[in-house]
Amino acid sequence: MPTFVKRLLFAVLVIAALFALNAMLSTQGLFGFGLDDYYGRLLTFIGINVILAVSLNLINGFTGQFSIGHAGFMAIGAYASAYMTVYHAPGWELALAGMVGADAAHVLIFVLAIFIGGLATALAGLVVGIPSLRLRGDYLAIVTLGFAEIIRIVILNIDKVGGATGLTVPGYTNFVWVGVFAVITIVIVHNIVRSDIGRALVSIREDELAAEAMGINTTRYKVLSFVISSAFAGIAGVLFAHYNKFLSTADFTFLRSFEIIIMIVLGGMGSITGAILGAAVITILPEALRQLPTVGLFGQEFNFADLRLVIYAALLIVIMLTRPQGVLGTREFGMNWLRRAQKRPEGDEAVGADTGVSIAERDTTPTADPVEEVKNK
Amino acid sequence: MLTLENISVNYGAIEALNGITMHVEQGEVVTLIGANGAGKTTTLRTITGLLSPRAGRVLYEDEEISGLPTHKLVARGISMSPEGRGVFANLTVRENLQMGAYLKKNKREIAEDMERAYTMFPRLKERQSQKAGTLSGGEQQMLAMGRALMSRPRLLLLDEPSLGLAPLVVHTIFQAIEDIRSKGTTILLVEQNANAALRHSNRAYVLETGQIVMEGASQDLAADPRIKEAYLGE
Repeated sequence: MPTFVKRLLFAVLVIAALFALNAMLSTQGLFGFGLDDYYGRLLTFIGINVILAVSLNLINGFTGQFSIGHAGFMAIGAYASAYMTVYHAPGWELALAGMVGADAAHVLIFVLAIFIGGLATALAGLVVGIPSLRLRGDYLAIVTLGFAEIIRIVILNIDKVGGATGLTVPGYTNFVWVGVFAVITIVIVHNIVRSDIGRALVSIREDELAAEAMGINTTRYKVLSFVISSAFAGIAGVLFAHYNKFLSTADFTFLRSFEIIIMIVLGGMGSITGAILGAAVITILPEALRQLPTVGLFGQEFNFADLRLVIYAALLIVIMLTRPQGVLGTREFGMNWLRRAQKRPEGDEAVGADTGVSIAERDTTPTADPVEEVKNK
Repeated sequence: MLTLENISVNYGAIEALNGITMHVEQGEVVTLIGANGAGKTTTLRTITGLLSPRAGRVLYEDEEISGLPTHKLVARGISMSPEGRGVFANLTVRENLQMGAYLKKNKREIAEDMERAYTMFPRLKERQSQKAGTLSGGEQQMLAMGRALMSRPRLLLLDEPSLGLAPLVVHTIFQAIEDIRSKGTTILLVEQNANAALRHSNRAYVLETGQIVMEGASQDLAADPRIKEAYLGE
């Protein structure tokens, strides 16, 4: 009961912080200390990419099944929910508004859209996952890539959702929605990874045959991980569609899938905080490079704005050469910072004093009594 | 306890096992020896459900288990230490042992079993917080065996436990095998090291190109001139 109250308080704090940030997302907002629309957009895309990267990390990083079809699942979520919000939501929202008021109706309709997007994608994940996950390594990668492209091409040929001309979608998403779902994604993936299911997933990554020999139904867990991962990609797709207000299949090509993979490879496969870091860096980096000035060198004008894709690639090569496991590897950065915050939501000062020791460092202290050790878990 | 009846297994057109019949009784250590490619690992893979036999049946405690998926065997009391050890390299020693008890829910029993594994292999206790990938080959083998025992199996399948280990470590591993048997677990041991395997087992089967060519008490086989010549290098 106390843990529950503390977690609830923590959740309230997070949502309050998100609302405060959202209020800042205009130059007039929050006593004039606002962020302009450009930064608001950047922050929102970071949030969407965090959902994508953290969810992809569940199947790629923790379960060790190299799937590269995330953009396809994102597309299913986006188009399934857009179909509802474009063709049915206006009528439903009007009817609901009469009962619960316009604002609540707006929120309820979008919750329903997210639910539909997530559910449709989870089902698609199940259909794609059951045959694909029989394959391993490169073969699984090729098949998931193929499925993602098939999904995209099929959508491209459905005129009801715009086909090649695209589809205009109402704008439901704002930064609070994205923030809330990013936090939900992180919390759920974190809880899965730390549970018995998570241990089964990690053991599949480490050695599938040995995992099977431990009594783990590896096929079931792989499909489960794939479906959960897909569902969150779908939710990210819903948020993206209703933020961008325009949907085109060009947003869901394999380049998008690769971008998400780059995020987790950069941040660390098998690290939630690594995925968050990767999502933030990969979202900000092209924008930051765009703003570098033109430099004259060797009698040549070097325009960083034009060279940003080259720099972006070079940076990735450097990281792959120096830290192939990603910046964080499988370690988590300061996860006990979060955990202590959950235990003591009232103590912001106490939280600030924490240096955030990584889990890997913590684990080096052997526990004297293994009986106690197991009991505590 | 475990019976193989006329098992034949094919890899495509190639016949790997040709009508193998063998049995393991409660409380025994039975060893299956043979050269590379004789079908030792194929036999084990058939027992553990990774391969399905073309003909024949595998019976465990009078129930047919051929074709059952591997993960269902653990609940029935069969545990396997896979070839090449198969430890979870990025998990700590303690976490590896906990994985071995994945299907167990009783935390006190898990803690007791972990203590037992540490008593059997004190080296593992010293290294309990170390990642399994950083252990030596011998320590990894100890971990693989300790982990396989965590599910409290009635039948333990060991695939080449002495492979690639130093003689001193091989000795420790075979001591542990005797120890496990004395505590009531039946063992089927697949080995290339015929010398050690025959010394530490009750009965043995000799496999050659997919067929059992000899069987009997390990002592008798160790004294047999044909075995001496072909497997013991005398």
